[in-house]
Amino acid sequence: MNIEDIIKPENIVYSKPRLMNNNPMHYCPGCSHGVVHKLVAELVDEMGLEEKTIGIAPVGCAVFAYNYLDIDWIEAAHGRAPAVATAIKRLNPDKFVFTYQGDGDLAAIGTAETIHACNRGENIVIIFINNAIYGMTGGQMAPTTLLGMKTSTCPYGRTPELNGFPLKISDILAQLDGTRYITRQSVHNAAAIKKTKAALKHAIENAMAKRGTSLVEIVSTCNAGWKMTPDEANKWMVEHMFEKYPLGDIKNE
Amino acid sequence: MSEEIKLLKGNEAIAHAAVRYGFDGYFGYPITPQSEIMETLMMLKPWETTGMVVLQAESEVAAINMVYGGAGSGKAVMTSSSSPGVSLKQEGISYLAGTELPALIVNVMRGGPGLGTIQPSQADYFQAVKGGGHGDYKLIALAPSSVQEMADFVGLGMDLAFKYRNPAIILADGIIGQMMEKVVLPPYRPRRTEAEIREQCPWALQGKPKGRKPNILTSLELSPAVMEDNNLRFQAKYREIEKNEVRYETVDCEDADYIIVAFGSIARICLKTQEMARAEGIKVGLIRPITLWPFPSQVIADYARKVKGIISVELNAGQMVEDIRLAVNGAIDVKFYGRLGGIVPTPDEVLDVIKKELVK
Amino acid sequence: MKKEIIVAGFGGQGILSLGKILAHAGLIEGKEVTWMPSYGPEQRGGTANVTVILSDDRISSPVLNTYDVVVILNQPSLERFESQVKPGGIIIYDGYGIHRPPTRKDVSIYRIDAMDVAIESGNSKVFNMMVLGGILKVCPIVKTESIIHSLKESLPERLHKLLPENEKAIHTGMEIIKKEE
Repeated sequence: MNIEDIIKPENIVYSKPRLMNNNPMHYCPGCSHGVVHKLVAELVDEMGLEEKTIGIAPVGCAVFAYNYLDIDWIEAAHGRAPAVATAIKRLNPDKFVFTYQGDGDLAAIGTAETIHACNRGENIVIIFINNAIYGMTGGQMAPTTLLGMKTSTCPYGRTPELNGFPLKISDILAQLDGTRYITRQSVHNAAAIKKTKAALKHAIENAMAKRGTSLVEIVSTCNAGWKMTPDEANKWMVEHMFEKYPLGDIKNE
Repeated sequence: MSEEIKLLKGNEAIAHAAVRYGFDGYFGYPITPQSEIMETLMMLKPWETTGMVVLQAESEVAAINMVYGGAGSGKAVMTSSSSPGVSLKQEGISYLAGTELPALIVNVMRGGPGLGTIQPSQADYFQAVKGGGHGDYKLIALAPSSVQEMADFVGLGMDLAFKYRNPAIILADGIIGQMMEKVVLPPYRPRRTEAEIREQCPWALQGKPKGRKPNILTSLELSPAVMEDNNLRFQAKYREIEKNEVRYETVDCEDADYIIVAFGSIARICLKTQEMARAEGIKVGLIRPITLWPFPSQVIADYARKVKGIISVELNAGQMVEDIRLAVNGAIDVKFYGRLGGIVPTPDEVLDVIKKELVK
Repeated sequence: MKKEIIVAGFGGQGILSLGKILAHAGLIEGKEVTWMPSYGPEQRGGTANVTVILSDDRISSPVLNTYDVVVILNQPSLERFESQVKPGGIIIYDGYGIHRPPTRKDVSIYRIDAMDVAIESGNSKVFNMMVLGGILKVCPIVKTESIIHSLKESLPERLHKLLPENEKAIHTGMEIIKKEE
């Protein structure tokens, strides 16, 4: 039997989503971004939204998200994705508009844009990757960095005296009348990925039905920034991150 | 609906014109002396008539990024602010230029630096024509000197912005914003449909039909070779704009011994000075740059060879005068008179300066 | 024909709307008009002024330092603007609170005690229309019908019931203005 005999549609057990292209990803092995990208690509296709989807890429590790998913994209300035999304959705109300942002982008430099887009109840989806660190710039402290956690800008561990406390931005956003659905998920195993996909789908349905803002926080690893192997990072996340950032729906109206 | 004559403040004229020229969206944040722009738009409720979106953003930063998003989807969008607010918008303006998106920004200038004063100023000339934000870029800068031009330049600015895929700025000041004049408002121009946007702006984010490549709007390019190519493309576009879009007005320059160069509201004051000088037998002409970038260098250089003196009059410490000196290239000594901090000179004050500095 | 007019007094005296109604009347008559306010916190009780220029031709400077007509509604404005009337021009002043009346000999001086009349009648809101009536009487730059028309277009529909008393105030102003010798 040669390889051509094996590569046949009836033998496929797993395939790359149609809307993911063949560009090699710049993400580190073990990074959560690839999985979340895949879920977005699958859902846009499965929900028939390809011709209506506009993504807003952040500044951060996902800055090049537009290189991997074959949909229309705009790259926002650091933290401004929710403002960019606000206008796109308001001016094109039948489109599916989502932002894809990290913790520094969404919960530090872009806090005002995040809170106000949510407070206005913009009919967008915010996908929030929380890995408690600035990955792209080389592992600096994020607003969500845990106390005691070491980063290049808190090399002796985060202390409340110097750096304040880990920011639970999703819990804050759940207080706002404009938000419809705020959930915290992860993608570290098959069951979690399945739940995250369902959460993203629910968020997209909300946006298309103009039910207000939906945000899906995905507690993630940054094994390179955390200086661990991918497997160690997943275990560390379960042991430490989930305590501060427990999984599940925070608000689902 | 047809054109209409109204008595309006410059700020109000901008709002009325935006609706009539078929803008899709306005995003702003209150700041004196231009808040009437958003207030008038909210009063007009264009979302019920033309479908134009008007939104008060949480900050000038958010407003310019809303403009960036709206422009990315191929829509005709604008924002307005005054000096301190326009400083906040500079990052977004640089992104608009770097992503080659059409948009209109209005700066109704007030005195600075810092929080400064709410009184009129032209001290943001450098900011508007030399960059303002980071990187090598240019804004098409229009300087209205009447309420009519406030309205007209809303349409002109957007047309030029789309023609060149480049942001344009209306550089007004507190005088033009706050004063009322007769203005002929244009007939209503319909907003473009999605089909028209897809056809006229193939780069716009409207969702990717099967078979077309994704539209990706970004100013990020990590390869220096490609980034240099991008910059060279921008520069080629800027040369094209310099070739095609210079606009200015001249008054009585043909036989003039002395020329005043002034823009915006100060050009109006200097027009009176020019009339007064002529009445006294002093042959003064006026050149009013309408586009501050591209700057009318050629006409100024041509007259510089014929006249005995040139003076630039500005509401700043001497900004446009640098462009005049570059244009003149040493052919004649270019004088300058400016008032600062929100003080506006009167016509006879300028006449005294001309007598002292030029006529002697 | 060109008239350069400034009205100066306290914020809250209705100076800006007086100027606006005058400018709008000019517009109705097909004139070129410019209305230039002092703006900012002055609107809220400090000194305020408005320049109105009506002309058959293109108007140059909205900012002036000499005027054909200067209308003075408080002492600080008198001190600031008396010297800025063109020789042969007109000063109109309201006598209320003026302890040092104008002294120029090369201009025509008119006094209008509109504030007193407004206080007596218990309707200080139409004070500015009385002043406008006075201006029109001594400097009929626009027709009274145009002012009435302008007033109608300037007031929102729900306030049109106030038109008669504003119109009456304009006529009162025309009656009470007196030339000083």
